[in-house]
Amino acid sequence: MSVAATAPAPARVFGSGIRRREDPRLLTGTALYTADFTLPGQAYAAILRSPHAHARIRTIDTARAKAAPGVVAVFTGADSDGVLKPIPCAWLIPNSNLKTAPYRPMATDTVRFVGDAVAVVVADSDHQAYDALELIDVDYAPLPAVVDPQKAAEAGAPHLHEEAPGNIAFHWTVAGGDIDAAFTSADVVVRDRIVQQRLIPTAMEPRGALAQYVPATGELTLWNTTQNPHIVRFIMSVVTGVPEDRLRVIAPEVGGGFGSKIPQIQGDFITVFCAMQLGRPVKWVETRSENYVSTTHGRDHVQEVELAATTDGRILGVRATVWAGMGGYLSTAAPGIPTILHGLMLSGPYQIPAIKEDVYGVYTTTTPVEAYRGAGRPEATYMLERLVDLLADEIKADPVEVRRRNLIPPFENGHAVATGLTYDSGDYQGALDTALAQIGYDNLRTEQAAARAKGRYIGIGVSMYVEICGLGPSQVAGAVGFQGGLWESAIVRFHPSGKVHVFVGISPHGQGEETTFAQVVADELGVAVTDVKVVHGDTENTPMGWGTYGSRATAVGGAALAIATRKIKEKARLLTSHLLEAAVEDIDYADGKFFVRGSPDKAKTIQDIALMANVAWNLPQGMEAGLEASSFYDPPNFTYPFGTHIAVVEVDPETGHVELKRYVAVDDCGRQINPTIVEGQVHGGVVQGIGQALWEQAVYDQNGQLLTGSLIDYAIPRADLLPDIDVRSTVTPSPHHPLGVKGIGEAGTIASTAAVYNAVIDALEPFTVRSIQMPLTPERVWRAITAGKGA
Amino acid sequence: MKVPITISINGRARSAEVEPRLLLVQFLRDVLGLTGTKIGCDTSQCGACMVLLDGIAVKSCTCLAVQADGCAVTTIEGLASNGQLSALQEAFWEKHGLQCGFCTPGMIFAAYELLRTNPNPSPEQIRHGLEGNMCRCTGYQNIVRAVQAAAAAGGRA
Repeated sequence: MSVAATAPAPARVFGSGIRRREDPRLLTGTALYTADFTLPGQAYAAILRSPHAHARIRTIDTARAKAAPGVVAVFTGADSDGVLKPIPCAWLIPNSNLKTAPYRPMATDTVRFVGDAVAVVVADSDHQAYDALELIDVDYAPLPAVVDPQKAAEAGAPHLHEEAPGNIAFHWTVAGGDIDAAFTSADVVVRDRIVQQRLIPTAMEPRGALAQYVPATGELTLWNTTQNPHIVRFIMSVVTGVPEDRLRVIAPEVGGGFGSKIPQIQGDFITVFCAMQLGRPVKWVETRSENYVSTTHGRDHVQEVELAATTDGRILGVRATVWAGMGGYLSTAAPGIPTILHGLMLSGPYQIPAIKEDVYGVYTTTTPVEAYRGAGRPEATYMLERLVDLLADEIKADPVEVRRRNLIPPFENGHAVATGLTYDSGDYQGALDTALAQIGYDNLRTEQAAARAKGRYIGIGVSMYVEICGLGPSQVAGAVGFQGGLWESAIVRFHPSGKVHVFVGISPHGQGEETTFAQVVADELGVAVTDVKVVHGDTENTPMGWGTYGSRATAVGGAALAIATRKIKEKARLLTSHLLEAAVEDIDYADGKFFVRGSPDKAKTIQDIALMANVAWNLPQGMEAGLEASSFYDPPNFTYPFGTHIAVVEVDPETGHVELKRYVAVDDCGRQINPTIVEGQVHGGVVQGIGQALWEQAVYDQNGQLLTGSLIDYAIPRADLLPDIDVRSTVTPSPHHPLGVKGIGEAGTIASTAAVYNAVIDALEPFTVRSIQMPLTPERVWRAITAGKGA
Repeated sequence: MKVPITISINGRARSAEVEPRLLLVQFLRDVLGLTGTKIGCDTSQCGACMVLLDGIAVKSCTCLAVQADGCAVTTIEGLASNGQLSALQEAFWEKHGLQCGFCTPGMIFAAYELLRTNPNPSPEQIRHGLEGNMCRCTGYQNIVRAVQAAAAAGGRA
């Protein structure tokens, strides 16, 4: 195996699409995910979950289960209540009359969604635990369910929490500019009612936890499927009372997240509770079906939207009311998603003088809603891109031309929009032009017309976006109610041999920062990528960090790393000047060598310096031994990636089948550390967004039963349904980021749903179809065509 | 009542007494500690648990351990030989055909099966051949490239 082979670093490894350092262990089955660990004396937990969407618990009889073979213990909410605090919501948005309600690790008197935890069995084997689960008798008194967020907000709807009258968890408003004047003076107003259907993130690794508690020392270790182990430690400490210094959280290999591994869920706390009660290690791994009802969902908006414009297609204002389903309880970050990450993004890449949005967060008897890839921004992009296409249709203009008339002109350092944000840098026109050229837009329109004449229905859909990532300045986090900071940290440590350890607070779970972060260090200091080991995911040996989500790992964590690396460089310059007896101002650095200006032969490599700093035989006065630096980086602003995606579809009018024929993605994430990894992020992101447009929906019946409760029923994209994605990019560096990067993890998902949807509606233009509820299944498309024909 | 079985795992005979209901994937993971084989669903949709059973790729959640009695099983831990990655493993690495890695062991065996029956598949045939395996990270595109590269490099082994 060529794993151990060390190749000389390329001259500029930053920007090089080298293969990933994490892959050998993943390719050989030696990587260890949470479910793969087994500790001596380990017991297994299985969780009993409510089969009712809403019910009072009359009695729970655990006697038969307790007597079953292999059973160690059975616990209910009555046992954990008072021992565990309720699960806190960590994004308490201000000025919204936010009403939190207790979210217990196990329900005590009322269940509020199918999947709400009711009891847990701990047994010597997982089979025994699941066998005994069936022996628990719960007597429920069913209560009425409500699954639609708009209906749940109506008078007389079934009521979930006494703390939240009318099921309203919060009411948040964003307003900028004179919205009434915009609509009063408008020549044209277009409207739509958009349902951003509920989605299930479906990271391929289900969630799980393994907890070990040592009563003699009071130390708790938790292996956890998480995107943010340091936040887990913080919240777990609050809920369990175990002090943070006795609490170690390990995110080992983590198999994708997409937002579903941000929150701390019932199973995490139940597992820890069992381990603490029993004094032996307890492991819980959810089944996929359990994941679907009990771990978090995403999206779930009902949006009533309208756009005011002039007859020549200039946008005057956007106004919306959104009912955002929260599920039965507020998950960790839930309130911030349809508000801060959605409402503030309603200007997109356009100059929009006035914007107003009212967002109602609404409790429904459904699985709690959390971040799902893009988290708020896909819902904003889709809303705007639909409205712009409706405007184009209304004024009989080309949708690309309407976009052009409204784009914010290129800017390099700051542009304020009506929602109050200041974008960092952008060239939206450039991304649009690149995408149009790549897809051959003008020719496509000609082909489309020719095809229509032959009874074939081709559609072209354009989607432009700006997203907010690199979350974010901690001062802003505090101002918008985020119950934590949003800085990141890094430690760079040179060993005497010149090999490097990097310790980071972010927690990658597939994004490849073990490679890209090594590239940053290699590029700055001239070491080989293979000489840099990036350590993450264990709170015991990594500095505090707030985690990997919101496309922030490289945008914030990468900046911390760059700054720590530059501190190393500065110390190396000082030591070089001392060793070479030259003034520090005369020491230059290039290609891994520190040298006296004009005398490149008088030089020290970073490896020389690492050795001399570590042995400390000859340091300048006042210099500490060692070659190590740390950084805590709090960004001055968010970063704002952007781009244009174009989809081409063909719709079969006889069956309603949508074939995705071509897809061009042009994304601008600033400077790219590893273009291969960037491209991979775009592929995966685009496909998830296509999934929303065409196939995916979490369907509840009116009784609150999840009808798409397994991978049989919930349609995530398959390989045979997709074309190749043609990935292109433009590069507009972020002006405030030390490396000029912006973030790419969510861009594809943010753009692609609207591109595909707009393409389908464009294909159906001859049938006067203006709106179809997503996902665009053949039946829905066929029905829309049939209704259009009759019109 | 437990049943004695003997299965050749990655070339080595392993014997155990197991419950008749024990799935092959549970036998591999929980009895033998071969955790490279993954469980991503409970309905045989995702394909993360694929292994070779007598040389043919199967979802090891669709097979009881007792059914594999007397058979030969190859898991992801047994695919590289003498420290050399197989052509498919190399190609997945080279083409960035994996991100979180959870679907990867199963995906590699699905690709192995495809190349066993069709050594030079077109991209469409590759996509069709992988439709029983789910990946949420890559959008499949680089997996298709990896399978093409492995085929061009002379095959699956």
